[in-house]
Parts: sequence; structure tokens; C-alpha cells
Amino acid sequence: MIADVDIVVIGAGVVGCAVARHLAGFDVSIALIEARCDIGDATSKANTAILHTGFDAVPGSLEASMVARGYALLSGYADAVGIPVERTGAVLVAWTDDELAVLPSLRDKAVKNGYHACEVIDAGAVRVMLPHLGPGVVGGLTVPGESIICPWTTPLAFATEAVERGVQLMLGTRVLDVMPGPGSTTVVSDRGDIRTRWIVNAAGLGGDVIDRMLGHDRFTIVPRRGELLVYDKLARPLVDVIVLPVPTDKGKGVLISPTIFGNVMLGPTSESLVDRADTSTSEEGFAFLLAKGSALLPALMDEDVTAAYAGLRAATEHIDYVVDVDPGQRYLLLGGIRSTGLTASMALAEHAATLLSESGLDLVPRTDLPPPPRMPNIGESFPRPYSREDLITADPEYGSIVCFCERVTRGEIRDALASAIPPSDLDGLRRRTRATLGRCQGFYCGAEVSGMLGVVDA
Amino acid sequence: MRESIDVLACDVAVIGGGPAGLTAAAALRNAGVSSVVVFEREEQAGGIPRHSDHTGYGIRDRRAVMTGPAYARALVAEAHDSGVDVRTGAMVTGWAEDGAPVVTSREGRYRVDAGAIVLATGARERPRAARMIPGDRPAGVYTTGQLQGLVHLQHRNVGTRAVVVGSELVSWSAVLTLREAGCSTVLMATQADRVETPAGLALVGRTAFGFPVARRARVARIIGRDRVEAIELAHLDTGARTRVACDTVILTGDWVPDNELSRLRGLDLGAGHRGPLVDMALRTSAPGVFAAGNLLHPVDTADVAALDGRHVATEVRRWLAGDSDRRPAVRIVTEEPFAWVAPGLLRPGDPPPSRGRLLLWGTEHRALPRVVVEQDGTVLARRRIPWPLAPGRIFRLPYGMVAAARADAGDVTIRLA
Repeated sequence: MIADVDIVVIGAGVVGCAVARHLAGFDVSIALIEARCDIGDATSKANTAILHTGFDAVPGSLEASMVARGYALLSGYADAVGIPVERTGAVLVAWTDDELAVLPSLRDKAVKNGYHACEVIDAGAVRVMLPHLGPGVVGGLTVPGESIICPWTTPLAFATEAVERGVQLMLGTRVLDVMPGPGSTTVVSDRGDIRTRWIVNAAGLGGDVIDRMLGHDRFTIVPRRGELLVYDKLARPLVDVIVLPVPTDKGKGVLISPTIFGNVMLGPTSESLVDRADTSTSEEGFAFLLAKGSALLPALMDEDVTAAYAGLRAATEHIDYVVDVDPGQRYLLLGGIRSTGLTASMALAEHAATLLSESGLDLVPRTDLPPPPRMPNIGESFPRPYSREDLITADPEYGSIVCFCERVTRGEIRDALASAIPPSDLDGLRRRTRATLGRCQGFYCGAEVSGMLGVVDA
Repeated sequence: MRESIDVLACDVAVIGGGPAGLTAAAALRNAGVSSVVVFEREEQAGGIPRHSDHTGYGIRDRRAVMTGPAYARALVAEAHDSGVDVRTGAMVTGWAEDGAPVVTSREGRYRVDAGAIVLATGARERPRAARMIPGDRPAGVYTTGQLQGLVHLQHRNVGTRAVVVGSELVSWSAVLTLREAGCSTVLMATQADRVETPAGLALVGRTAFGFPVARRARVARIIGRDRVEAIELAHLDTGARTRVACDTVILTGDWVPDNELSRLRGLDLGAGHRGPLVDMALRTSAPGVFAAGNLLHPVDTADVAALDGRHVATEVRRWLAGDSDRRPAVRIVTEEPFAWVAPGLLRPGDPPPSRGRLLLWGTEHRALPRVVVEQDGTVLARRRIPWPLAPGRIFRLPYGMVAAARADAGDVTIRLA
């Protein structure tokens, strides 16, 4: 039995971490429980890493308001703690007359969502922005505010600040049952029971399972798998702007985006699954992406793929997020948060506090908060330790490059291993430092990096 | 790049401390060039032979047979003895605006003002993602380089049952390393229609290893959530699928030049592989920038890479002496089943290439290939070559077959008759 807490947040993905961090700004005790061995290790780690304006959300939906508010909150927070963000902007590129015809309505929809910066442009203007696009462009719609953000530093910053604010982070702890009682709720886990007054369900792909433990039956997660290809950094000069497909009734198409690590990403596919852990890639997925990519950006096909992965999005039968509070059970559900959850995370945290407060949880702001953390920069367009003479002079370990492709230094790996939330395996170290993520995928440094981590598997 | 950055001045900066770079540096010093610096990003110089713990190194350049690590030590010792400044843990991460290399090391970040630059950055094996092998993404999938680093440098265990993908020389090197690590090879899978047994291993006999070989097969899927459990093989001709249980997959060969610095410098690249395009004297398209070793021909044996280093030294010294004249050049191109040729530029009147051979890469097998060299429809040479063309292995062509090419005509084409 772990000491009683006021709030248990189930799920340390980007939403759960944001919620725990925000609620820890009030005078309450919090446990953040995660079944996996690291934060942000499921849906949050494999998304398209776009900071969305929300221009294309369903007007009037909770998702629309959360994305718009989250965009502003996360932009500010990113600056404050050093989460890499690049203001690339996006263009929806129309390749057919049908797609071209849709653009004005998308601009109008953006306006309904409170976003006024979209402009319909002609094919020539698209070419100026994206000279390497394949033939057949007929027009486009600009979305200047769409940006790229580091999907790994974001939840790590939230979790780090949460821990520094006193949140108990319980990794590798799987919730087996939740038993609400009159004054308190018992969370039964494989590491013992936790008694809490309030429960926040941010369990992502397991959100419906937790919800049923509390006796509800209001949504079912149908994981949607998206396969992505990440191309070599030498491809980056081909594309400076996010290239979005125009959504039509024939489907959503794929996007091409620069990544925060200086690569180019092509994807995702979209496929509904039954298995909630199947992040495998497929021959069909690769073939589909290559066919799309060669039409969109032919020169990209001359470059090597640096990484291929698949992410699972927590889709449900509902169009909108499934957010509901049950004051009787002292239970808040944050369910069905899809890929927009990265952008919406801080707004959802703020919204969660409001809902809890309205339901009777007394939230008194703390006056003794520690300063926010300063996160190590792993973004390509900001100075990284290997390029900083001042850092190397002060500490030569920042001059010792271990991962050559990604220019990751011994100093950064040492820092990650000694950080508030250290990695538990090589994947965790990758997400904190970029080590072994590059084009050689460990040919040179894989053995050495896993040696530093003290693990066998690479 | 900030202006305040420290500067290191030298006559020649050699980027890469493997066989080609170390040999070039020693040759330059021995010929009287006063300051030659080698920048090696790893903690130890010597390159890939350092972790290839088997014999067969040094035959052509040192007239001796030694193990990879012994060969690497000999090259490093020779460079030191010649007075070369070998800097390890020193990585050239890019180029300053004016084309000077910029280095990160424990000693700091600095730029290098050199009279000449030799790129000797070598080659590496394509990893899983670049080969686009789908499936789960468990632990236990390695390239040979990673395997040898784990076993020889880190003394770690791998699994117990491995599938080796590929049938090049390096594939057999992987088999030996696996055996040393207590991991048995359960299958060798190759897209080729026949498997080349290296001369040294023919003595032992393939059957001594006791594993089957799947020819004309590709890995269609990797299976296993945390650790590899199996692979799915697809036969290239029939499409038939087979599941092979294993806990380790070694992806061998499929070499690519480590060309990042070449590309960032904007050098012209060769066709077929994307290493820098060079002439017979190993000049790249940027004046004062030369290249040598497996960056140009991924991959030949280490001794041939080393001999490139010796060869490039001659032209680097001429350049340092102020002789920057270049004769007009013609391109040398190939037709299938040749994938590429190096060097890919010919300046009629220049001296012949290293060892008097052009290096080509073949994708098919021919026992005694008849090779034709043409320029503008005129046959310059036609000859039956008394050694085989085989996939996964360098094919050597006597330079004499292209020597008659003219500078004022079109591309020189090398093809099979």
C-alpha cells in the first residue's frame, strides 16, 4: 500500500503528464501511474509531431477549443523550458480540381475555428514555397501557424516539472482494477494498492478498459495504426514547409514534413486494428507510402530511409474527445485523445482542473513552486552541445561525440542518465538524446551507447 | 560559424583514420610534407579492421597476413612513426562558409586551415530501415559492424540462433564473429542465385559450419515484440513464404559510402553509388579536396583502400607544390549488370589509377566476363577477363582498356559483350 493521495492520474503519456504537472500547481498530492517503464512510451512517442493551429478541427467541438488553446499554451511553455519548436508553416497542396474546389471551404472552416491566417494560393505560389514538389500541383492553402515540435521533449518536460513539484511518478505499474468507495477509491495495481480521493483517466489506448473498471460503457478504443518513414537528413533541403494533403471524401492522404531533428517524414498510413500493441510496419504500408512519396516529392526517393516506425492513435467511435467528469465517483475521464493530443495537452490539463474544481475538488494554488525545468535541446535548428565552444570548454564531455550521425555527446548521455526521470532502456535514451537514431542506426555507436546504458540489447 | 573559433593550421587534413586515411597521411609525411593531421572521430584510429578479429589483412599493402586488429595497430604505429598528428575523438562535423573543416573534440571546437584535404570517411552497411524491412521492431537486429562492436569491443553476448542476411565476404566475417560469441548461424539468406565462399573458408568447407543457405530469398518481415522470434523469408521467384525461427538477425553488406561530408561540401557524386566523383589521381570536383578508400568504392578490401591512400599522396604533393592544372576530363559510365565504376572520371594524359585497375561493382554472376569499352560508338577495347564477376564483390578491370579514351568525345561506357 502506497500512502494515500488526493489524485491518481492513470497514464503518463503527453496528456497524463500535462495533467499531473498542472494539478501539482495546486495544494494536492498526486500519483502518476504508468504501466510502461517510461513516460510517453506508447501513443505519445510516435506521432507526426506537429503543433497544430486547429484550423481543420470540427468547429464547436471540444477538440477544436482544446487545440486552439493548447497551441497558445504549449507555444509559451516550449519557449520557457526549451522544447524545440520550428515555425515552418504548412501548405495543403491540391493535385486535382476536386481538391482545389475544397480549399475555400477549408479556409472558411479555419475562420470558424478562430484561425484567420489561411490563404488560398495558386500553383505558382506553391512552387515558390516548395520547388521540389512533383508535377501536377494545381493550387494550395497556406496555414502559416502550423509548426513542428519535439514530441519527446514535450511529455518529458511535463513529467520532469511534475516530479519536481512533488508528483509521485510510478513507472512500470499496471492498473488491474479501480474500486470507487464512498470517501475514497482504491486503485489496485501489480505493485500494490493506492488509495485516492480522485481519479483522472488519461490511459490513452487503455482508456476504455479503465473506464469499464469504473462501471461505464461509453466508448471503445479502435487503435488506428499510422506507419511513417523518416528520411535521411540530407533530404531536408527538399522541404522547408509541412506539406499537407487536402482531405476529401476519398480519404485523408499523407503528409510530408520536416522533422524537428532535421529529417523529412512521410506518412502516415491509416489502418484500424484490433491489437492494441501492434506497432509493426508492413509491406503494404511501405508500398503505399513509396507510391505517395514518389508523386509528392520525387527527389525524396533518391534518399535513404533512416527510420520506419508505426504509431497507434487512440481513435474511438466518437468524432470528438470523450471528456466527462463524474462527481459521485470523483472520476474524470480524458478519453479518445487522438494525435492532436500533443498540441491540446496543456489545454486539457487546464480544462481538467476546471472540471475537477467544479465537481468539488478544492484546488488552492501553491505559492512555493520550484522554477520550471530547462530541458536539454535535441532540436536540429538550435545550437546543440557539440557545436558550442563555451560548453565544451567548460566540460570537455560535450566535445566527445559518441553518436556520429546525430552528433550526440558523452556529456548529453551522462546528463540523461542522471536526470530526474532517467531512461530505462535504449529507446528511452534515444528519446532523450537522439543517440543511435541516425542514418547508421547504430553501426558505429550502437555497441558503445548500449555499453554506457549498461544493457545488452540494442 | 562564429568568428572567435580556434584555428588549427596544417599542410594536409586527412578526414578519417582508417586504412586509406592513415596510409595517405604516412605517405605524405614520408615524402616530406611537414604537417599532416588525421581526424578520427572514434576513440581509436584504425577503422573497421579494428573490430574484424580474423586474419586476411595486409596482403597487398604490407606483404604480410595479419588479423584486422593487428593490421589496424600497424597502420596507426606507422602513422605515428612518420610524424603524423593522429587526433582521435575528433570529428569533422561540417564545413565553414569558406570550405574549411570544423572539428568537435574534447579539446574544443575549431576549424582547420589546410593546404589540402583528403576525405577518407569509408563506408558502412545499410541498416534495417534503409533496406525497408517491415515487421515488428524488436531487439536483436544488427549490422555486421554493430555485431562486431558488441562482441569484440564491448565483449557482450548476442543471441543463440542467428540468420545472416547476405552472402558477401563480410557475411562470412559475421558468421565467424557469431561463432566466437557462442551464437550459431541457423541460416544464411541471400538474394543472389549463388553464394561465394571466400578462399580462406573454402579450406574449412561451408558444410563445416552446418547451416543451410537460402538463395534468391529476401527477408519480408521480422517477427517478435521484444526480442526477435522469427523472420519471414519470401522467395524472389515463387513468392513462397517461410518462417524461420531465430533470435538474432545480422544484416550484412549492402555497403554505402559515408558521404555526408562529401555531400555537405557540394562535391560532384558518382553514379550508381553516391561517393564523390574522382579522377585517376583521386581529385574530387573541389580544388584541393581529394578522396581515397572505400568512400570511393564501397567496399573493397582494407589493403586496397590503403593503397589508394598511397596513390593519392602523389597528387596531393603536386597540388601543395602549386601545380593545380587539370586536363580535360570524360566521364566513365557503366551499363548493367555493372552498378558503378570508380574512379568515374578520366583525364587523358594523367597517370593510371591505383594498382592500374578500375574498380566496378557487379550485380550478376559471370565466370569469365567479356567486357567492352566504348566511346561514341567506337569500341576502345574488348577483352575476356580471366577472373569472375560476382555480386557483392569488387570486379577489377585493367586501366589499359580505357586508356585510349579521348577528352574531346563523349562518355566512356563499360559494359558486358
